[in-house]
Parts: sequence; C-alpha cells; structure tokens
Amino acid sequence: MRVKVLLFAGLREAAGEAELELELPEGATVEELLTALEKERPRLSRLLPLAKVAVNRRVARKGTEIHPGDEVALIPPVGGG
Amino acid sequence: MEDLVKITEEPIDLEEVASALSSPELGAILTFVGTVRGIEDGERISYLEYEAYEEMAKEELLAICREIKARWPTVQRVAFVHRIGRVGVGEAAVAIGVSAPHREETFPALAYAVDRLKETVPIWKKQVGEKGARWKPAK
Repeated sequence: MRVKVLLFAGLREAAGEAELELELPEGATVEELLTALEKERPRLSRLLPLAKVAVNRRVARKGTEIHPGDEVALIPPVGGG
Repeated sequence: MEDLVKITEEPIDLEEVASALSSPELGAILTFVGTVRGIEDGERISYLEYEAYEEMAKEELLAICREIKARWPTVQRVAFVHRIGRVGVGEAAVAIGVSAPHREETFPALAYAVDRLKETVPIWKKQVGEKGARWKPAK
C-alpha cells in the first residue's frame, strides 16, 4: 500500500518536502514505517529518533498497525507558546 | 457558548478571547498572553516563525479544554488562540484563558492550560535571530 506521511518543522526542512509517500506492506507497523523511511530518506536519520508518529491525528505506539487511507504524520519535539 | 480553539495567521484579537470567555454568570476571567521576547539567552531575536499540524493541534487543544473542566469543575469556558507564521518581537504568539463564576479555580486551571499547550500540541517554533535560525522545542 502507498502511505502518505506528513512532515513538519525541522523534519520538513531536512526532507525538503511537506509530505512524502512510502510503499509498505498492508498492516505494517509504525516501527516498520520508520525503518522504511530511514532507508529511503537517510538524511532524516538524525531527526527520526526524536520524532513521535501520529496515526489519524493521535500519537501512536511502535506496534500500531497502519492501514490504507490512514493519515500518518511525523511529530518532532513540539514547542508551542 | 463553546470553548474557543483557534489557530490563525492573523494577529491575535484579545477582544475575541475576552468575549468568548464572558457571560453574566462568570465573574472571573483570567487570560495569559505569550509575546515574543526580543532577547533570548543574550541573542537579539528578529522574529519567531510558528508552524502547526492544524487538525491535530485543534483536537489536542479541545482535549485539554475537556481535561481542565474535568479537573476544575467550576471552570465553564476555556480559550486557546495560537498564531502561526511569522510573529514579530512584542507581538502575541498565544492567548489562553479560562473563566468561572468565582476566581479560585481559574488560577491553577490557567497555569495547567499553559503547561499542557507546550507539552503535547503539535505546534513548532523557529527562532530567527542574529545567530541564525533554529527550531526550539519546549523546555
């Protein structure tokens, strides 16, 4: 399945794009997504360990499965206010 | 009236925040306004640039509104307005408020609201100053 991943802040700048697409097996976990992302975008590898992953706008665990149509986003350390 | 949760590129309208928190039965309105400092750790700052994952940020802020009312039941209304994009020195980046019939619970509730905003809401701040630009996570 093709999964769209939204990027923000430092991750967006490092990637040079605000969203990207990854090919993953259906039901792949968040951890597998991160592994695939690191392989496809090596320049994100320094920032990825600090980021949380949101699936459908909720922070997900490493084992959370991703399904077609899910909204996936990488959340680097936040700093509002 | 509902809680006010808003993420905007426009300058923050404090009248809008006050009016969202006002009602004849609510005798205590408390607001916090966070503005951009011109000096940060000795560095002269030009401006801050905020970015948000808007849909998720709004959901998180609404969840914080519910948490506050569960913890301080006299608090009737909560407001969060956060600016995104470029915000100049001295301008408001965020306004947060709570209101209740009496003041006692509004003080801890407002402090909690400010802390929670910085912890979990997907909003990011880039500081641009004389030493360059960098993303600043909450301390």
